[in-house]
Amino acid sequence: MENYDKSLKKIFKSRLQAIQKLPKIDNNKSIVDILEEKGISRRDFMKWASYMTAYLGLSSSFVPTVAKAAEVADRLPIIWLHMAECTGCSESLLRTDTPTIDSLIFDYISLEYHETIMAASGWQAEQNLEGAIEKYKGKYILMVEGGIPTKLDGHFLTLGAFAKTGQDVAKEAADGAAAIFAIGTCSSFGGIQAAAPNPTGAVPLSEITGKPVINVPGCPPSEKNIVGTLLHYILYGTLPALDAYNRPKWAYENRIHDLCERRGHFDAGEFVQSFGDEGAKKGYCLYKMGCKGPYTFNNCSKERFNQHTSWPIQAGHGCIGCSEPQFWDKMGPFEEPMADHLFHGPFGGLGADATVDKIGISLLTVTAIGIAAHAAISAVKPPKE
Amino acid sequence: MSKRVIVDPITRIEGHLRAEVVVDDNNVVQQAYMSSTLWRGLEVIAKGRDPRDVPFMMQRICGVCTYSHFLKSTMAVENALGIKPPLNAELTRTLMNAALFIHDHPVHFYHLHALDWVDIVSALSADPKKASELAFKYSDNPIATGEAELKLAQEKATKLAKSPQGLGPFANGYWGHKTYKFSPEQNLIALSHYLKGLEFQREAAQMLAIFGGKQPHPQSLTVGGVTCVMDLLSPSRMGEYLVKFQNAKNFIDNAYYADILMAADAYKTEPSVVKPVGVKNFMCGKEFMVGENDYLFEGGYILDGDLTKAFDVNEDLITEDATHSWYKDNGPLHPYDGKTEPNYTGYIDGQSVGAKNTLEQTKLINEKDKYSWIKSPRYNSKPMEVGPLACLLVNYVKGNKKVVDTVGEFLQKTGLPAAALFTTLGRTAARMLQTKIIADNTLTAFHNLIENLKVDQTTCAHYVIDKDKEYKGRGIGDVPRGMLSHWVRIKNGVVENYQAVVPSTWNAGPTDAKGQHGAYEADLIGLKIEDLTKPLEIIRIIHSYDPCIACAVHVMDTKGNNLGAYKVDPLYDKCSV
Repeated sequence: MENYDKSLKKIFKSRLQAIQKLPKIDNNKSIVDILEEKGISRRDFMKWASYMTAYLGLSSSFVPTVAKAAEVADRLPIIWLHMAECTGCSESLLRTDTPTIDSLIFDYISLEYHETIMAASGWQAEQNLEGAIEKYKGKYILMVEGGIPTKLDGHFLTLGAFAKTGQDVAKEAADGAAAIFAIGTCSSFGGIQAAAPNPTGAVPLSEITGKPVINVPGCPPSEKNIVGTLLHYILYGTLPALDAYNRPKWAYENRIHDLCERRGHFDAGEFVQSFGDEGAKKGYCLYKMGCKGPYTFNNCSKERFNQHTSWPIQAGHGCIGCSEPQFWDKMGPFEEPMADHLFHGPFGGLGADATVDKIGISLLTVTAIGIAAHAAISAVKPPKE
Repeated sequence: MSKRVIVDPITRIEGHLRAEVVVDDNNVVQQAYMSSTLWRGLEVIAKGRDPRDVPFMMQRICGVCTYSHFLKSTMAVENALGIKPPLNAELTRTLMNAALFIHDHPVHFYHLHALDWVDIVSALSADPKKASELAFKYSDNPIATGEAELKLAQEKATKLAKSPQGLGPFANGYWGHKTYKFSPEQNLIALSHYLKGLEFQREAAQMLAIFGGKQPHPQSLTVGGVTCVMDLLSPSRMGEYLVKFQNAKNFIDNAYYADILMAADAYKTEPSVVKPVGVKNFMCGKEFMVGENDYLFEGGYILDGDLTKAFDVNEDLITEDATHSWYKDNGPLHPYDGKTEPNYTGYIDGQSVGAKNTLEQTKLINEKDKYSWIKSPRYNSKPMEVGPLACLLVNYVKGNKKVVDTVGEFLQKTGLPAAALFTTLGRTAARMLQTKIIADNTLTAFHNLIENLKVDQTTCAHYVIDKDKEYKGRGIGDVPRGMLSHWVRIKNGVVENYQAVVPSTWNAGPTDAKGQHGAYEADLIGLKIEDLTKPLEIIRIIHSYDPCIACAVHVMDTKGNNLGAYKVDPLYDKCSV
């Protein structure tokens, strides 16, 4: 472990040195200065850095490295594009934490283009985008929200007075980017518009650019996962530790089920049998109500949403698997357990029964069978009161 | 000679939208066309799904009014299956809905609309002391307008302006435009509230997350009721809602209300802001159950701006026309029978005014043909404006006391005549007044819920879906952007047909077969634009409707799989031209 940490630190160091050589956006202020102006002390900043370090799954010896990473973040201009989407990911980003250190990071790194909040419209907006791509060529981070329609030569989405297709705009922005993040399930995997029959031929961002794309899925992903991934890039470069679906492991390594607050009830065989029943009032496990937590990789059970206010399972509904590829087609019906429901779905079973085999990780299949067996046994064995 | 002016993209909205106008030599708009430039096809995707899954999918129409489609879609399925959710579920939904409005309306004003009224650059030259005193003119307990706070806000903006990168997200706005009417001090007050609003919205979003699990995209509604029974039975969770609600109400009363009073004061003589609205028919749906069968807002409609008569809505008279929309069948058809196949005809080459005020070769709307992904809903063949203004006008005419009192008080405070309601200023004020009325009455629902929970803890109705039966139903009501209805047919236990008639569709739709403009287009005609390269007047009017374009664009193909020139096999997603 120690050796591992050592070699990681070496990688981070060379990354940080490389980034530090990039031209600084504003030579006059460091992040610590900025934070101090806002009444946030160096001490508070380091506290935040410790938190983010733990959040990224690194040992405490990495705190200074993470702090350094945030300090050099001001070299990174951000361009955020909207494709076929619902703006939910942008909204999630706007909910950044109180105290607003995370959002300060976003103030601080230069947000060059973001249609939901920018003042400029029309020609002036297009100038901002073209200007930023030109000025920061090879240096900016591209964040894309939304799937990309490809049918009709991409004309299901056009932008600007020249009616460029979304596909072309995204491609062009990707070409000059230093790193590319697909924010949300639509950009990562196609999302809702790519669900069968995918009428617009919506594809993930990774399919229209040859460059590596880091996926930050979720519908929407939490703001912590977005900001954390940014820091991750600064530390790891374009090749952070990713899983099979290019999701950063620090956020998407565990299943929802692994750290679920209702896990004890699962193990004890105590299940909600119908919404609003006595089990529901006591917070029993939602597996039989269709919870997809066992098949879904994300940190919701640890981090929750809206500054830790809640998350779907706390609100009494099962997970719908929103950070998994093609979850709209593969996880439904959402309110029936995956392994034993009889509903054959609209697409000859492809939408439902075939799911377990198609998830792509054989381990899950085994788990699903295990879970089904577990649920079946517990149905016979009355829940402990 | 007439010239074309294109505004695309219109930013600070949800979705992708183009405005294109034809102006005469005096820069007065002669014709106006609105085009939505994105189609996602969600209702096509809904077809064949488990009806219980569809509300989750429809919710993804929009992440801004995130709860609206979830709620109306759930209600549509319940209506089809003949389910009456328990009172606890209804009142919980009201509390979630109140949380949405209380979050959404102020966010629209401060973060999407304010930069049309507030000149950030002008705020830099304000005197913070004077501004601090001025704030008391608009509220007895102003928020975030102490001299020190205003100074901080000003310094923050000054630093941004001086940085080598310039204004970041504020770069390249129409700063210094002639139709900005606030004094530097007023601009500074609004700027401080813009920043405070970022904080406010974070906490307001938590209100919805308490019962919803998360915001955007809450997950606690289910066909038949709500799932958050554990939160409802927890005094601590209820208390959390209460405290966050009270903080939010304070912001609404002392920042939002005050800033609209200030805007009315400064803008009441600006012609582009008090130009009479184009479509004078207004319609709204019944919304906000605060007690058993007790609704805060009634549904109905008024015609030709006549404030003496209000009518009840006959749902059979709602149709959608697609004469100028990129779909094959022109209609008009009722939503239950909606039939649409994409038929994209695109834009044509032509000249329009560019960034340097010279004519440039661009892509233009072909108004003789189809030109938008949005359809044109009509009521009894008439265009309607929907939204907070419609809700208030209809309820005012119907004599809804809460509305009459609140609107009356506002008119009296501003010295504006009732006619001023029928303007862009009136529309922006109505959104604030609707928020205030909701905030003034949310606790009625809250207390009724607590009382009911003491005797009845049911949160979900039981039901069965009979696969041998056919069902149809709709969920209808008013959401932040106006009247929303979802329409569903269920057959063989799966969705056979789905259609959503959305507020921004009513307002942003193109011209219909009779040549009648939708509300956006009609509102732009006759508008004088100061500077064709900086069409702030257009942006301000369009933003006053709070466009939600991802919502507005929708389509359902009821008759099969034949989608336009593209034959899509629903199973294998193969297409052939």
